[in-house]
Amino acid sequence: MAVGESQVDSGTDAAGEDEEVEARVGWRYTVARIRKDTTARWGLYVVAFVLFVAIYAAVDSNLSRLTFGQFSDYTFAKLLPIFDHPTRIPPPGEGTQHMPPYFPLAEQPWNPLPAGGTLEHPLGTDPSGRDYFTRIVYGTQVSVFVGIVSTTIGLAGGTIVGAVAGYYGGRVDDALMRLVETVYAIPPLILIIVFTVFVGGANIWYAVLGVGIAFVPVFARIIRSRVLSIREMDYIEAARASGVKDRDVILRHVVPNSFAPVLVYATLQIGVTILIVAGLSFLGYGAQPPTPDWGQMLNTAHGYMHSNVWLSIWPGLAIMITIMGFNLFGDGLQDALDPRIED
Amino acid sequence: MSSEPLLRVENLKTQFFTETGTVRAVDGISFEVYEGEIVGLVGESGAGKSVASMSLLRLVESPGEIVDGEITYKGETIFGLEEGPDGDLRERDDVLSNEEIRTRIRGNEIAVIFQDPMESLNPVFTVGGQLREFIELNRGLSEDEARLEAVDMLREVGIPDPEKRYDEYPHQFSGGMRQRVLIAMALACEPSLIIADEPTTALDVTVEGQIIDLVDELQQKYGTSFIWVTHDLGVVAEICDRVNVMYLGEIVEQAPVDELFYDTKHPYTDALLDSIPRPDRTVEDLEPIEGVMPEAINPPSGCRFHPRCPDAREVCRRVHPENRRVAFAGDEPHRAACVKHDAFDVGYDESVPIDPEPELMADAGSASADGGEDRE
Repeated sequence: MAVGESQVDSGTDAAGEDEEVEARVGWRYTVARIRKDTTARWGLYVVAFVLFVAIYAAVDSNLSRLTFGQFSDYTFAKLLPIFDHPTRIPPPGEGTQHMPPYFPLAEQPWNPLPAGGTLEHPLGTDPSGRDYFTRIVYGTQVSVFVGIVSTTIGLAGGTIVGAVAGYYGGRVDDALMRLVETVYAIPPLILIIVFTVFVGGANIWYAVLGVGIAFVPVFARIIRSRVLSIREMDYIEAARASGVKDRDVILRHVVPNSFAPVLVYATLQIGVTILIVAGLSFLGYGAQPPTPDWGQMLNTAHGYMHSNVWLSIWPGLAIMITIMGFNLFGDGLQDALDPRIED
Repeated sequence: MSSEPLLRVENLKTQFFTETGTVRAVDGISFEVYEGEIVGLVGESGAGKSVASMSLLRLVESPGEIVDGEITYKGETIFGLEEGPDGDLRERDDVLSNEEIRTRIRGNEIAVIFQDPMESLNPVFTVGGQLREFIELNRGLSEDEARLEAVDMLREVGIPDPEKRYDEYPHQFSGGMRQRVLIAMALACEPSLIIADEPTTALDVTVEGQIIDLVDELQQKYGTSFIWVTHDLGVVAEICDRVNVMYLGEIVEQAPVDELFYDTKHPYTDALLDSIPRPDRTVEDLEPIEGVMPEAINPPSGCRFHPRCPDAREVCRRVHPENRRVAFAGDEPHRAACVKHDAFDVGYDESVPIDPEPELMADAGSASADGGEDRE
């Protein structure tokens, strides 16, 4: 391993097994290992792509130019079977037995019908006549934001709780961990729904906060188990013996050394969080219309399953790819950060 | 020798309250450290050396607790008890608060060098960063000043090319180099006392020699006092001015270093000296001490060393000797806790000799019993 070895060599008098194992934890080494691992690399590509789309959507307010509208003279798009879905949903009373139960927007004056794939609307439009592609792109923004923010909330809360519990031990540990276990015992979806309703109703912000809180216990337990072994290290004792404050011992010495496994878990957790928030939005407790959220789009789309299955497939596919990206990346990161795995 | 000691420890008792019983890790030790001297604290593993030194900084963690005694440093009370109005012991009012101990004593006045240099530096930060942070914290310097100071300290302890090594991580340093860094860290705030807790145990002998030379040199330069905790009498002879020999939580012999080696007064010290491997002796000539040290939960009656003592007599089972002056070395007392000396008038000479009974150790715990058999 090129980077790892060069680190060892640069230490003029460092050699031996211990040093080699320790040299395998540097971040440059981690990046090198991710680049070598095909799975992790693809995970990284997907995550990078999703992040790029999310940021792009935030910067560019006129996404319609991304569509093929400017090529509307060409007809090749219509030749592709995926664009071959009905351009129009029959109004109430006119349809077949597969007709959706109701069509609330039909009375609106601008004839809001879900269009099929055209050059102007590559993925068609939704039942309100909005370009589906644009909404999927904006949905990326919401999902990635929600995933990262609520995972960060869980991570921060869990780190504080876990580090304090593990470092102080005894009664502090007992009290905090029993509290954490109580939260852990409640199924997360129920906890989050109750939380959002309790704090003021369906709102994406409450959902994000609720998901964050629901995952504090998971992070707290991982951090605590690491802290229990880290706090016995001599450098913790050394820090205390040199008069460092407890808070600084925890933040500067305990947490950074306990962080690697949690970082991996957080990466995997982002995917789970996106899924849960999509589920919440689907149930109507997360993002509210007209926010273009994938879960909420699925909620709208499920009424049209029989007449236009593509309305469900596109956001579903977006969710799947995003989560798969984070999971692959997380797995690769885990291998890359594990000094015991040789390559 | 100046009249007022830098550090005075009196009747210090530190105990651990565990489920299997109270471990009397440090059981009433008294010693002094004067300015500019190196005091040895010697004993087998488990004798209570490290607990004693941690007690000096009040760094004993639950379930451990300092239960009795007095620690005075430069006239300030680090630990002290008095009898409260209800008859219970309570902390005296002049005891320094936790905050004062942390900000003023630890690091600034009393620094510690730990045993394992591999484990004593935080692996996620650069060596220089840690040293700089420590200096910044304890001396209130700005970041740039602290950085210069840190580089100076690294040069002072003999790290070649300190500007470059400043930005390297602990794993890029060898054991000896790391111990040098730790010494730099301990010296950085020019403390009056450094507790060195087996600082050379984890190093090989050639590096050990270099480190001892370095400490000797720096000690002369800065005039720092040391408490040198070790189990290696060779190192003690090399570096210490005065020595305290500990056995099972007690100090059994206390003397200036030459006196201890040439006029040994306690059979345990004798036995320790006999068990040092030397180039001029073969393994058969070694006389290891029979048995292992019992656990401090349930120490033997009378003299704690009597089950392993070649000089033990019947009286040793009954009488518990305190550390008493048995001779003078110049104007300094030579103290030993052994009833065979005249200072103890308890009828040792008339008493019947008893055989050493290392198997008695079996009572103290199965683990120790296994260890005892291995040595026979």
